[in-house]
Amino acid sequence: MVYSIFISENCKKSNLYGSNNILKDEYILRIENVTKDFPGIRALSNVSFKIKKGDIHGLCGENGAGKSTLVKILAGVYPHNTYEGKIYFNDEEIKFTRFSVRQAIEKGIAIVYQELALIPEMTVGENIFLGREPEHKGTISWDRLFSDAKEILKKYKLNIPFAAKVSALSVGKQQMVEIAKALSQEVKVLILDEPTSALTDAEIKSLMEILKYLKHNGVTCIYISHKLEEFFRITDNITVLRDGLVVNTVKTADTTEEKVIAMMVGREMKERFPVRNRKIGEKILEVKELSTQDILSQGKIAIKNITFDLKKGEVLGIAGLMGSGRSELVTTIFGEYGKHVTGEIFLEGRPIKISSAREAVNYGIGLVPEDRKKMGLVLMQAIYKNISLPNIRKFSNALSIDKHKELNECRKYADSLNIKTPSLFAITESLSGGNQQKVVIAKWLMSTPKILILDDPTRGIDVGTKYEIYKLINQLAEDGIAIIMISSELEEILGMSDRILVMHEGKCTGILEQKEATQEKVMALATGTKNYSEV
Amino acid sequence: MKTLDFTRKIKIDIKTYTLIIALLFIWLLFGYLTGGIFFSSRNLSNLLRQMTIMSFLSIGMTLVIITGNIDLSVGSLTGFIGIIAAYLQAVMLPEILQGLFPNLSTGGLGILSTIITIIICLLVALLAGICQGYIIAYLKVPAFIATLGGMLIFRGAILGVSGGRTIVPVENSLRWVAQGYLPKNLGILVAAIAIIVIFLMSLRSRSKKKQYGFEIKPFTYDFLVASAYSVLVLGFVLIINNYRGIPNPVIIMVVIAILVTYLANNTKFGRYVYALGGNIEATKFSGINVQFVIFKVFILIGLLSGVAGIVLTGYVAAGTIGGGMNYELTAIAGCVIGGTSLMGGKGTILGALIGTLIMASLENGMSIMNMSVFWQYIVKGLVLILAVYVDVTSKKSSS
Repeated sequence: MVYSIFISENCKKSNLYGSNNILKDEYILRIENVTKDFPGIRALSNVSFKIKKGDIHGLCGENGAGKSTLVKILAGVYPHNTYEGKIYFNDEEIKFTRFSVRQAIEKGIAIVYQELALIPEMTVGENIFLGREPEHKGTISWDRLFSDAKEILKKYKLNIPFAAKVSALSVGKQQMVEIAKALSQEVKVLILDEPTSALTDAEIKSLMEILKYLKHNGVTCIYISHKLEEFFRITDNITVLRDGLVVNTVKTADTTEEKVIAMMVGREMKERFPVRNRKIGEKILEVKELSTQDILSQGKIAIKNITFDLKKGEVLGIAGLMGSGRSELVTTIFGEYGKHVTGEIFLEGRPIKISSAREAVNYGIGLVPEDRKKMGLVLMQAIYKNISLPNIRKFSNALSIDKHKELNECRKYADSLNIKTPSLFAITESLSGGNQQKVVIAKWLMSTPKILILDDPTRGIDVGTKYEIYKLINQLAEDGIAIIMISSELEEILGMSDRILVMHEGKCTGILEQKEATQEKVMALATGTKNYSEV
Repeated sequence: MKTLDFTRKIKIDIKTYTLIIALLFIWLLFGYLTGGIFFSSRNLSNLLRQMTIMSFLSIGMTLVIITGNIDLSVGSLTGFIGIIAAYLQAVMLPEILQGLFPNLSTGGLGILSTIITIIICLLVALLAGICQGYIIAYLKVPAFIATLGGMLIFRGAILGVSGGRTIVPVENSLRWVAQGYLPKNLGILVAAIAIIVIFLMSLRSRSKKKQYGFEIKPFTYDFLVASAYSVLVLGFVLIINNYRGIPNPVIIMVVIAILVTYLANNTKFGRYVYALGGNIEATKFSGINVQFVIFKVFILIGLLSGVAGIVLTGYVAAGTIGGGMNYELTAIAGCVIGGTSLMGGKGTILGALIGTLIMASLENGMSIMNMSVFWQYIVKGLVLILAVYVDVTSKKSSS
């Protein structure tokens, strides 16, 4: 059976005939026409679907499809007046406004985030009861806190010492603490946003057991993951989102991994990508057996034995899901990811060693980073200062900067990239996301790089500006610059790249030529779906 | 082609205007409360000289705070350099110099002693800056801790060098550096040169703008702006000449302020300082050696503390063990009142100077009114908190 938007409309009509009770019992959450805009981008557009009481409901879609935005609305992170549409919880419309997160928790909606939100220097018990410490006449009753914590951990068969410091636990165990924290409250709906991305197989297994136990006890669960097989292990229904729209809601038993992948990616390629005059030249960069340790969790590998080459005028796409190590790979090449790097890098045939961004820039490598606000821009400064930051040497001698020359050059790049701003003196923060990204690109273009690395350059950017950026990338490639482009969007990778390097869990699972690449193939390599590799 | 509002740059930002208004308000208040004594040429001259020592520190501190760091050691370092200056002049140099140049007159020996003292003091201050800068930038010890340690170390060194006693006497030439005045005719000459420079710069900026096709304001506008600045300069010199002339340390202050402002606004170094204060990651990812920039900022503040120490000893005419005590706090307060953000990335030298002048005016005005010292402290503390409160609320309403 298929619950699509249209069918849910029909259901609503059938309510008129008096079958309200059925709905009341059946659906714990009804999401109706929810639309959420961020500056310059529509994250969710008329999203409607329903979640049955006691179900484990899978939510899947590519990066940027709107999954996280949706669950953040449910959990009250985005209060009621920041989105349009209605959400019914047990048939009662919920409007979380002030202290919205707390209100959601009081209703029984708890969320476990992708990024951990624990306090590392506190114990497991303290973290579980943070903000709800059991008190006795104004002092915290530590005995009760710890005995309660112990009980919760025992109840869900979590093998975690309640008095251990969180910082001493593995990331997987920390994730479990996060879940225990959510469960220690009266939870009716538990939302898990990619809970398994940091877990080992054994830990995933025990998480699955917990979810089954919860389901048995009538708790509803919304489950977000990039690992499709997990959906088929535990979910009852799956809703697929794409570009902020609901594609469909299907019963897990009635579908297959292939069908879900097709729904996630399945739009036809329109003329969304400008055509490029391919002029691929000689080899410029060669990377051999590059490995790096994770800087956050010791002993974990961030990337392992990556080998590839890059030619002048070529666009090499890097595909992979979040956490697959794609950003770590390019940051390592750029010399700014940790110190434990092994492997070799050759630039124009000569072995080079890059241990800082400064050296990378001197070698003619530019990086448009994934997080432009954190690593790409000085937001509080004027646009022209951002554009000229890596290039001031060009306008200055030991004593002074020729500001007029600087402004003149910046203006040229701002004009050619069509940065929409009243003035180059405007604060960069005031620009829209797309224009901010253009500023980052402009600053690297001015440095006339040999190799330009773009880490998810169109993330959070509206369609029109995306097209401009694609054109720009094509122009650069035609000019002979070698380009590495990471993207979360499969279509973009397929539409723009000459070759595609696919990563999964820090390893390169394949390099596809443009001709042989299909969305399904890339997705299969990126999700590590083994039985899918022969499509 | 887009038109760029280049002239926007010339305007001093709004925050500086509110600061100047606050300063004028305080001045008018004290003028009224002291029955006009506050506005006498003599007092204005004193007021400016009183702010100089602190201004060296707050100029350096501005850059440090813009990078998102702090320097708590400047007060102790000032005192330490001061005591070294006194020690050199009173104990070490007289004998050595007398031995080397037995034929020189006492006056000549004094001048030589002062020159050597200034050079050695600046070298020691430079060394102190290098050490602290290295520890902070390269060994990655947080600036708060590194300079807190420095504060204790220099304070200890003061006691070590002085043996706990006030060191006297210092040479007249050193006292002249801090207490002397520029002859009145020379003062007028300096004003004239400044006015010529103002007009030349205005013309040069116009021709540059023309060359690159930027919009230029009508000639009369630029002429009027330059004239207004000229009137300010000339008026200042005439008022101050009414007493004894421009105090020497004020000249040092103005020269340093102009140099550092230039450094901050017109050099790569300055650009990097602001950029890394705004976002150190993005600056690093732009291929800039952020550690070296931070290193240089701490060297600069070390040097400026050296200047402050020399002027301090010349002004007090002795090396005292309490020299420079708590100066770091007043310097930080001056910067913050002047609009420098402790979060980094924002601040101007001009703002810091006005902030320091506000603090000095409060002190000066309350002293004239014979207010007890305890009130002076309390009022200064309240003004500091008020200034930051106004800053925070104005930021909130704008965002």
